[in-house]
Amino acid sequence: MIELVNIKKGFGDKIILPDVSAVMETGKVNLIIGSSGSGKTVMMKCMVGLMPVDEGKILYDNRDFTNMTEHEKKEVRQQIGMLFQGSALFDSMTVEENVMFPLEMFGKGSQKEKRNRVMECLERVQLKDAAKKYPAEISGGMKKRVGIARAIVLNPKYLFCDEPNSGLDPQTSLLIDKLIKELTLEYNITTVINTHDMNTVMESGDHIVYMYKGRKQWEGSNKDIIFSKDEKLNDFIFASDFLRDAKEMRQMEMFQSQDWRNKLKKD
Amino acid sequence: MLKGMFSRPENMRMFWKEFMRQCVDIGIGSLGIVLIISMFMGGVTTLQIAYQLVSPVIPKSTIAQIVRDTIILEFAPTLTCIVLAGVVGSKIASELGNMRVSEQIDAQEIMGINTKGYLIMPKILAAIIMIPCLIAIAGFLGIWGGQKAGELGGILSAEQYWQGLRQDFRAYNIFFALFKAFVFAFIIASVPSYYGYNVQGGALEIGKASTSAVVVTCVLILFMDYLLAALLL
Ligand SMILES: Nc1ncnc2c1ncn2[C@@H]1O[C@H](COP(=O)(O)OP(=O)(O)OP(=O)(O)O)[C@@H](O)[C@H]1O
Ligand SMILES: [Mg+2]
Repeated sequence: MIELVNIKKGFGDKIILPDVSAVMETGKVNLIIGSSGSGKTVMMKCMVGLMPVDEGKILYDNRDFTNMTEHEKKEVRQQIGMLFQGSALFDSMTVEENVMFPLEMFGKGSQKEKRNRVMECLERVQLKDAAKKYPAEISGGMKKRVGIARAIVLNPKYLFCDEPNSGLDPQTSLLIDKLIKELTLEYNITTVINTHDMNTVMESGDHIVYMYKGRKQWEGSNKDIIFSKDEKLNDFIFASDFLRDAKEMRQMEMFQSQDWRNKLKKD
Repeated sequence: MLKGMFSRPENMRMFWKEFMRQCVDIGIGSLGIVLIISMFMGGVTTLQIAYQLVSPVIPKSTIAQIVRDTIILEFAPTLTCIVLAGVVGSKIASELGNMRVSEQIDAQEIMGINTKGYLIMPKILAAIIMIPCLIAIAGFLGIWGGQKAGELGGILSAEQYWQGLRQDFRAYNIFFALFKAFVFAFIIASVPSYYGYNVQGGALEIGKASTSAVVVTCVLILFMDYLLAALLL
């Protein structure tokens, strides 16, 4: 579980996150959604400590991450896997070496075991064929997937993905969502994802935080979102006619199930 | 900046691998240019000294003696390092700058790696070991180039040159040259590392950082050159 307690962050006199509190739950896919420039990446970088927060605390399973010594921070970080928005692959290394890097640095076991693990991860993101290529020789979507493979290779306890499926086709995008969800459940990971992909939101949003101009505007699950009355959220999620139709259809479906009618009555 | 650099590496084997990569990069990578400039440097020195020493009372071998000392004391270490500041310095600054801008440094930081120790330290160590070697090579080749130029220009024969080289030779000069080499090597690796590691912004800033790194490195080398000459000679 990762808790953000009254996080404040600005650059110079421009305040990006005025006061954010949120909880990222263990064993769930936690989504941070919001339009471009709403501060998702900044929030994630504050969470992992790449950007120091101006005020507030970040707790990793009740351990105060913000006030840890360098040494303690390092220990927590070895349990973190992160995918960057721009992939951040090491361009002097091949795909295989990129995924191998964290294993070589911190992993135990023989060279053969490590190589098998790398291949296993590349298999999961369907990139076994590209193992010997350099980052400059693969597409943007492939880079994302290599980034994911690199983030999961050490079996992290906390997984951060900054827009894992932007730049991917819908099919691959679904595959990545499924992979992240599977891993989260399988290893009971605390997963945090930044996204504005509606498929991800509806398919794997166990817990969603909607950011609007640096503030937490709404919080809930993908089921709640269908019936949410929050105007800004609705404008954001159901932006097109197509999506509005889909929403109505989903609402109808849900009305037909008994517990949802009961829930609505209570509201 | 300095504090994080000297902590124990997370993984000695990876540190060693990176160190060897840098040694190859810096040493082998700039060998070609060092070979070329040192030969020409020696040749030109001989020609110009011969041009200035026209008195019949001074033996020809004195030319070789002056060439030797000029090359060992000044040209091999300083001139070579000024060129290396451009070749190696800009490479270090842009490599680190690119890693910073494309978040590769952040990615390593997140893994729990001390990036200053892992990225900068091997570069400095590699420079401190490889650059003095390059300078030694530059010294030998410069003197050899001087001899060839003297012969080709009909200024002095090989025997006269060798005789001149042995006249009044002081081993201290070699020590001084190598000491300068170590100091310059440290500057060549550390100043561009600092500029590259701390780049903020995009591709444009990498170029700017790389230019400033080279300029500052060159000025520092010249300044240290003066300071060391004033203190140690
Ligand atoms: N290093 C920085 N220095 C100054 N301002 C920054 C910095 N990083 C981000 N910002 C500002 O913070 C705001 C939020 O940026 P952020 O990258 O978090 O957006 P985002 O929600 O991730 O958007 P996107 O969906 O497009 O990735 C932007 O207005 C941006 O200009
Ligand atoms: Mg972003």
